[in-house]
Amino acid sequence: MKGNRLSKKKKSDIFWGYTMIAPVTIGLGIFYFYPFFKVFFDSFHEVGAFNKTKWVGFANYQKMLTDTVMWQSLGNTVRYVLVIVPATLILSLLIAVLLNARIKGRSVFRVIYFIPAITMGAAVAMIWKWIFNGDYGILNYILGIFGISPVQWLSNPSLTWLAISIVAIWMNVGYNMIILLAGIQGISKSYYESASLDGANGIQQFFNITLPLVTPTMFFVLITTLISTFQTFDVIYMMISSKSLSNEAAQSIVVYFYRNAFEFSKKGYASAIAILLFIIIMLVTLFQMKMQKKWVNYD
Amino acid sequence: MVEKKKRNYSKILIYFVLIIGIAVTVTPFLWMLLTSLKTQGEAVRMPPVILPDKPIFSNYPNVFSKIPFAHMYLNTIISAVVTVAAQVLLCSMAAYAFGRIEFPGRNIIFSLLLAVLMVPSSFFILPQYLIIQKLHLLNTIPALFIPNLFSAFGTFLLRQFFMSLPQELEDAARLDGCNHFTTYSRIMLPLVKSGLVALGILTLRFAWNDLMWPLIVNTSSQKMTLSAGLSYLQGQFATDYPTMMAGAIMAVMPLLILFAVFQKQFIEGVALSGIKG
Repeated sequence: MKGNRLSKKKKSDIFWGYTMIAPVTIGLGIFYFYPFFKVFFDSFHEVGAFNKTKWVGFANYQKMLTDTVMWQSLGNTVRYVLVIVPATLILSLLIAVLLNARIKGRSVFRVIYFIPAITMGAAVAMIWKWIFNGDYGILNYILGIFGISPVQWLSNPSLTWLAISIVAIWMNVGYNMIILLAGIQGISKSYYESASLDGANGIQQFFNITLPLVTPTMFFVLITTLISTFQTFDVIYMMISSKSLSNEAAQSIVVYFYRNAFEFSKKGYASAIAILLFIIIMLVTLFQMKMQKKWVNYD
Repeated sequence: MVEKKKRNYSKILIYFVLIIGIAVTVTPFLWMLLTSLKTQGEAVRMPPVILPDKPIFSNYPNVFSKIPFAHMYLNTIISAVVTVAAQVLLCSMAAYAFGRIEFPGRNIIFSLLLAVLMVPSSFFILPQYLIIQKLHLLNTIPALFIPNLFSAFGTFLLRQFFMSLPQELEDAARLDGCNHFTTYSRIMLPLVKSGLVALGILTLRFAWNDLMWPLIVNTSSQKMTLSAGLSYLQGQFATDYPTMMAGAIMAVMPLLILFAVFQKQFIEGVALSGIKG
């Protein structure tokens, strides 16, 4: 009797378990697992008209080795990461710490800082493209007041990376600030109370309490910002046209991937680029996971 | 006394830094708004005029007459609503099963799903495009949302919520004759509302703003979303800044209004993704 009931429960567990996971599992299977392997497959092929594939061995990878535009896009991407990620982290942490202080209008500040985070990247890029405009842009006008002569932000290949980094940082800070602020607010008040009894000032409290205890949240923000910055697309695609003089100096690896896949219809080669990016992101993430023992505080 | 003065100074410094940050955050939006109210001649006048002599509103209807902006609005709304509804429903169902039902292969399947989270999203895009092409769905509305209906992240996030609910609840539901599905839909789902709202908001933010995928699958302007539409607008009218700014404002407005109404949920949703993730 009892055995029968148990097996009935087990049957229902199995039935409902599989039924309830089926839609997501099948969907992910078709649109994520199959594509995952398909990218590897395609990277050894030339994908021609009507998606006929022709085996080309390692040709796409060999081509990558000598493709200077690809290496430059990769270099650009690394530069974006090295500029955007630390700047985002520092500024988000700064704002989060300041907003955690006992000041008036905290929630208003918080709401305003968050606005760029819900604004469409394409629109943000448009606004900033207008601000950075070399001839009529408001930024050059403001700089002009301080005696700085007009700068061609978007068409001068040696400056474009700066303009794009500024926009990306501007977009990133509010979002990450909210996550860091939640992390800071999760720190027990008792630490601060005993520290002020010991006479620690705000700056000492920041370095001895806030900073070490917010490191797990910092780590989360670091990883997510790293991964998204390695894939920067919207802002560059919108701000720098493929015909621009600064295109090669500005395009990220994902923009170059996009152009190969959908503009030059070199889908096999684009797949090889996607794999290279995937490997780089994996290595960087693994490296960060290893490094976290050195600075992230889990107690 | 000295202590208090010192505290006041540091408060002033805090406000000072915060207000500079606010100015940097808000000024681009303000400039976008002001430009959208100018004539083209006024927008490119040097030295720049801050306020339009006489604000004009014709740039706004102009966007609608130059590109199929109303279609783009509708496409974006449909795509965003379907994506959010499907993710909340499908992910919560799977999350309940992964979190609270024991069945053979559960852990293996769940770790496979987690592996999806390790792969950058742009990695999947090319084969996804080829699938949509094979299904003859390029330049259709469903192309905009189909691959986004299924989310490993959403399943992972909601599983955390379901796992934190007490076992007694499930036992009581069982005694009342609930099966797994009714336990999920009637008892547990209302209790993970904050998780559902968080996922809904994160998904909405993504679905409304995403650029690359809609750009790839739908090249006909009638089938574009707003973000791809802005790229199209820019391609068509590269120097008509007031019209472009008007288009940009209208494209971001719906989400900004929703944010104004549901600030708390938006901010908590993002904060939760950091805590649970």
